[in-house]
Order: sequence, then C-alpha cells, then structure tokens
Amino acid sequence: MFDELRELYQEVILDHGKSPRNFRAIEHAKHHARGDNPMCGDQLEVFVETDGNGVITDASFVGRGCAISVASASLMTEILQGKTIDQARSMFAGFHNMCTTGDEDALAGITQDDADRLQVLSGVREFPIRVKCVTLAWHTMNAATKGVEEVSTETGEGA
Amino acid sequence: MRAEAETLVPAPALDVEAVRRDFPILSRTVHGKPLVFLDSAASAQKPRQVLDAERYIYEHEYANVHRGIYHLSQVATDRMEAARETVRRFLNAGSAREIVFTRNATESINLVAAAWGRSSLKPGDEIVISEMEHHSNIIPWQFLRDEKEVVIRVAPVSDEGELLIDEFAALLGPKTRLVAITHMSNALGSVTPVARITRLAHDAGALVLLDGAQAVTHLPVDVRDLDCDFYAFSGHKLYGPSGIGVLYGKEALLDAMPPYMGGGEMIRSVSFERAEWADLPHKFEAGTPAIAQSVGLAAAIDYVIGLGMDAIAAHEHDLLTYATQRLSSIDGLRIIGTAPGKASVVSFTMDCAHPHDVGTLVDRAGVAIRVGHHCAQPLMDRLGVAATARASFGVYNTRSEVDSLASALEAVREFFG
Repeated sequence: MFDELRELYQEVILDHGKSPRNFRAIEHAKHHARGDNPMCGDQLEVFVETDGNGVITDASFVGRGCAISVASASLMTEILQGKTIDQARSMFAGFHNMCTTGDEDALAGITQDDADRLQVLSGVREFPIRVKCVTLAWHTMNAATKGVEEVSTETGEGA
Repeated sequence: MRAEAETLVPAPALDVEAVRRDFPILSRTVHGKPLVFLDSAASAQKPRQVLDAERYIYEHEYANVHRGIYHLSQVATDRMEAARETVRRFLNAGSAREIVFTRNATESINLVAAAWGRSSLKPGDEIVISEMEHHSNIIPWQFLRDEKEVVIRVAPVSDEGELLIDEFAALLGPKTRLVAITHMSNALGSVTPVARITRLAHDAGALVLLDGAQAVTHLPVDVRDLDCDFYAFSGHKLYGPSGIGVLYGKEALLDAMPPYMGGGEMIRSVSFERAEWADLPHKFEAGTPAIAQSVGLAAAIDYVIGLGMDAIAAHEHDLLTYATQRLSSIDGLRIIGTAPGKASVVSFTMDCAHPHDVGTLVDRAGVAIRVGHHCAQPLMDRLGVAATARASFGVYNTRSEVDSLASALEAVREFFG
C-alpha cells in the first residue's frame, strides 16, 4: 500500500528511527540545546562535546519525535563525530538547503560517505510539511554551538 | 437538556449515499485512491446547497448591506438578516438581536474577552476553564489575565477525558466571574455536561460561555434551554463557509457591553468628538460583514436541519461505535479519550509509529486524518502524549470508510513492524 513512500522511509531511516544511535545525554556537555517542534510536539535535546581545538569528540541526543526526526538526529550524531564546529555548521547549511530545494549539490564540500548518508533523507523534499521534522536536530545542534539554549521550528531562531 | 437525554423515538435514518452525492469533493481521488475524509472536526466539506447559495447571491443579489438605498442593497440586507434569523432558530435564541456574526468561534470568544472582560473584570476576579480547552478558549483569557490581573483556574479531566464535575464545582466561588468551557472537546470528543455546568456557575453568580465549535455539528443546541450566557461556533465546521462564525449572547449582556471593533456599520452617528453605537447586533459588526458567507451558513443550517440533528447524531454515533471497535482490534493502537457519551472523534496513538508518520502513510491510502496536538497542548500534556492521530466523522462518512482507515492502519503497523 505504501510502496511510493519507500523513498521517504528508506530502510536506513526505519532502522535509525526504531533504534537511534547515541540516544543518551552527555553530562556537562560543552554545547547543549533543546529543540521544539510545537506543531507536532517533537522535542529533542542535543549534546555536543568538543576538545580544545573545536573538534567534536562526542555527539548525542535524547527526546521524542517521528521516525524522520529521530532518524535524522541519530544519523547527525554519527556524522558529527570528528568534525569541527565550523564544519558542522556548514553541513547544517548544506543539509537544510538539500532538504528544502532537493538540490543534492548543496552537499558539495562534504565527504562522499557523509553526503551519501545525508542523502537518504532527501526524500523529504516531496513532503514540505515534514522538512521541519528532518531538520529539527540540525537546527538544535546549530543553536547549541552558538550558545542558544532553546530553539523552535516556529521561530526560526538558530536557523 | 435535549442532547443529554436518551432519544425515545428512533431517529429517521440518514441516507448517507444521498448525502454523499451532495458533496462534490467526495468524488475526487487522492494519490489515486478515493478520498476518505476523516477530518471534519478541523473543517467540514461543503454540500452543493451551500455552494449554490453563495454563488446565487453573488450572481443575482449582491451588494453591500445596511447602506444602500437601492434595490440590490436592500435584497442583500434582507438575505443577511434572514440568515441571522436562521441562526436564531437553529440555536433557539430569543431574538435575532442576540446573534452576532463574527469570523469564527475564535473571534466570538475574543469578542467576549475584549468587550465584556475588559469592561467588567477587576484584578483578582476568576475565570474557570477546563483542561481540554482548545487554544482559542485559553489564550483570550490569558490576554485578560495579563491586562486585568484576573486569575485563570483550570478544571481537571479524568484520564479518560471526562470533565471532573465535582472538582469543577469546587473551583467556583464568590470571585468566579466567568466559566468558559468547551461543549465538546475537539481533541477527544468528550461532551461536557453543560446544563449542569451552567446551573453550578449561575448559582455561584458567574456567567457561562460555551465553546460550541464542535458540539454544534453533532448535537442539538438550545441556548435558552441551556441558559448559557454566550455560545460561540464557526460556520466552516458546520458544512458552511469559512470566514463566518457566530456569537450568541443574552441581549441584556450584549447591550451592556462596549463595542469590540470600531468602524462602519457599528455606529448610529459619528462626529470627530464622539460616536453613538448602533443597536444590537450591529454594534459588534464593524466593517462590511461576511455577506455571502452568512447566506452560505444559513444554507448549511437548513441542510443539517433537513437531515435532522437527531438522525445526524445517530449516524455519527454508529460510526463512532464501529470505529472504536475496529481500531481497538489493531495491535499497539491506544484510543485516547474514552469518556462516556463522547461524540464523533477517535483520537489514538500507535506503539509502532509517531502520529506524523501515521498521518503521512494513511494519506497515501487516500485517508485524511489530523495529527498533532489539535490546538490543545495543555490537554496533551495532561494526558502524557506529545500528539495523537485523530479521525473525526461527519454526515457523509460511512462504515466502509472506517474500514479503509483500519486497513491503512494495519498496513502502517506492517510498514513499521
């Protein structure tokens, strides 16, 4: 019945949605923020730990959300490992661009491996109402790195 | 109250296939599947009779109202005032002066908050609402709380979504000035015992505003029988046009209230020094009103009265019972809101999937349901859920559409397995 939804709900997404990676809090994380999508009640907390050189040594999240937002958060925490904060922010910009425009070139400058992993989420462009689900974790991460404690999909802060 | 009494005579059955033929949109497909529209609680579809009524006035009788001395303006004015009379009869109000046209139920509530609340309340006065209010019956009172330092007290509901009437009664006291409460929860379908609420509130010396946005489409409403002071509803949920709503208010109260907005239509005379207000209900209808929409609303009311409110209630009760039974048999599905006597709404969650994923999937099967917090975030918090999926039923829905929903939900379960 839902064959045409396989593009949106790829196996990787179903897997990460059901068994999210790095689903835990990091005590005293250097960067931390809470993200809300009040339209659907999704709430995520993102934690990012960095070393003295601004390199991400650990990233994690807790919260609740739909399969898309949880899978996106889970994949994000994996991809962020070893990146610098600057790289993370520029990945957010590229990812956001890809999800809204569907332009996969938006991911240029990201390693092929990371780009491949993010592209599984690109099916969301056909579902404009779900773009906020897929970008919530990234918005929250971006806010955390700027020292903003709370971000909401409805205010555009941290975008 | 009629709505709370058992129907002794079986209601004439509703011919749902004939009803469906009245709604042009129901013949369309979505994603290649027949449309199964289960979101009437958000906004109902429109029958041809409503569409024709609006089209007719625009093609034959349209001009601005209450202004022109020419024939067309007089005809349009007559049509609009006839629509007001239709609303009066529908609610069994005592006078058409008590029927104020607004944009929707939200504006009706805001009107009371602004015009009555600002002029009548003082710091420390209390307004009682319930845990299952729509945001539109919370936020206008928060505005007043911030402006007038009034206190909002919240009557609790049970885990099943039933208003706890004893706890409600305990909140009433000498400081209570207004009880503003839903007649039927949009998120759960719970119907509140409004006759009893009104009695208790009046005994405490408080006024009563009922948010009838949902109830008016499912239950017969008689404002004189209920003895409520204000009753608010929207046209668009009652198979009528969007952009038109109604505030019923007792005449003496409306008379004593200052205007809500200033402009044309609501005045008797104006100079640069002062203005005198028009009589009721025009005092509250500043600016050119929703003329064609009022005529469309009257057509919608004629339509549901033609079907029979009792027949509608019986039809929807059958669908609700059937849906409750079908959905309960789906593994991992939990129905949220099981208050006795609830109407026409099934809210639920599924273990395997978030409501948004459920909504996206069933849409592919042509099934339109609402997912989210249903503009009732405090209720969602109270019930410990972030969001629910909600199927709501109207006059045109069928058991076979409930089957379509159920099989789509079974497929959701397999998909997320």
